[in-house]
Amino acid sequence: MKKSELSDPFEQARLEKGYGEMNDQDDPVTILLRHKDVRKCAHNWKTFQSGAVPGRIVVPSEVNIRETRQIPFEVDPPMHGGYRAIVEPWFKRPLQPEYQAKLTAQIQDLVDEVADWDSVEVVSDFALRLQSRALTLLLNIPYEEAQTWIEWGTHVFRSEDDALDGSKAAILYDYIDAQIDKAIAQPGEDLYSVLLDSELDGKKLTREEVKGVMILTFAGGRDTVINAVTNSIAYFAEHPESLTRLRNEPEITGRAIEELIRYFAPLTHMGRVVTEDTQVCEHAAKADTRVSLCWASANRDAAVFEKPNEVVLDRKLNPHVSFGFSHHNCLGATHARQIMNILVKTLADKVQSIDILASQENIEELGEFNRKVGFDSIKVKFNAR
Amino acid sequence: MAKITFITTDNESVTLEADSGSVMELAVQNNIKGIDGDCGGVCSCATCHVHVAPEHVEKAGEASEIEKDMLELDDNADEFSRLCCQLDVTDQLDGIILRVAV
Repeated sequence: MKKSELSDPFEQARLEKGYGEMNDQDDPVTILLRHKDVRKCAHNWKTFQSGAVPGRIVVPSEVNIRETRQIPFEVDPPMHGGYRAIVEPWFKRPLQPEYQAKLTAQIQDLVDEVADWDSVEVVSDFALRLQSRALTLLLNIPYEEAQTWIEWGTHVFRSEDDALDGSKAAILYDYIDAQIDKAIAQPGEDLYSVLLDSELDGKKLTREEVKGVMILTFAGGRDTVINAVTNSIAYFAEHPESLTRLRNEPEITGRAIEELIRYFAPLTHMGRVVTEDTQVCEHAAKADTRVSLCWASANRDAAVFEKPNEVVLDRKLNPHVSFGFSHHNCLGATHARQIMNILVKTLADKVQSIDILASQENIEELGEFNRKVGFDSIKVKFNAR
Repeated sequence: MAKITFITTDNESVTLEADSGSVMELAVQNNIKGIDGDCGGVCSCATCHVHVAPEHVEKAGEASEIEKDMLELDDNADEFSRLCCQLDVTDQLDGIILRVAV
């Protein structure tokens, strides 16, 4: 098996029963696996709620390490729409040419820098730095701030031994508190200041609401982007012909990005809390239990995708759910797509080939399933054009 | 060459001409308000939703299963709904009127 391959551990269960089960801190989760069920439940926010106790829809649950509600992520309609309308224009800024020019300069500099290294550990030397630097653009704050986040490591909640490290989460929360204090004392044109100045139904957002948006922005776009970037490097290392094709046919870049994001599904699944006794694929889902919407499984559903386990670079119809679906679709998707687009174009332009020297897979354990979501580490050598 | 008219949610009417690409691309290139085309046209995001004028439904033709499934879960969809990334610009579309969905 190729190192860049991400297999589909859900296939048999998806075909046979449509769901899987896992325990998570004594709050079990029914994992929904079929494309149709995943989209239907994502759409039905009344029965499958996001606005539960903060942290409960995340798997593994963050109920014990977080009290702040992430916004708009953990709020349902109609309130959700109000919050979303506040943040949406800001998160569409990556469509602006000047934003793209800055992001392009960041990514080109990084590729130039590592291009002549003998060995690049992609997760920490490349993806983490790329993600952190790009985040300064999304927040509209000085570039130098990225260094602080790079020093935090790859996951703001996760340490080496423990998937839910409370002390690491506290680092992020304390940091955001301090940044909000700074923005209150000296308002600028950064996201903190813009949120502090925003109104919902005629009332300024509270400090806690601002914190909720900021935690979401930091946490939601960290290991997801890192996985997408790292997996892309691994893919192009083993598929130099794809890099050549993108160089010769740049018009397929948009489709290629969507296909890589479908195939990688950087976020495996996301939970919902069931609000009333119901059924999903003939399986009883009781009120106050949890289900999860398995984006990674839905993306490999052969009822929807031809050759689901292959990267078809110019796939024309690609209703993947890697950015979620319906009301709660990913707020950072515009930023993420720009990162991927510019990364792929820069690699096609500057890199001839990539050699994988060593790698350590990152495997998630989800009850009966083990899913490779990316790499804990992967050493490569870039060969410049 | 096909003439395509978009009516935005604030009732502005814009008529554009094109001979290739998708209707979504045409709309995005010309900053038609309400057509975002986030996914670039692979039928994954539903941010290019339009209602075809009832008298022009034949010009647009029928949606694929994948597009129909997508629209089925859109609260603002009706029998005239299409995702315009799935409409290729051809002479057949000439004169079509598309109302941008809310």
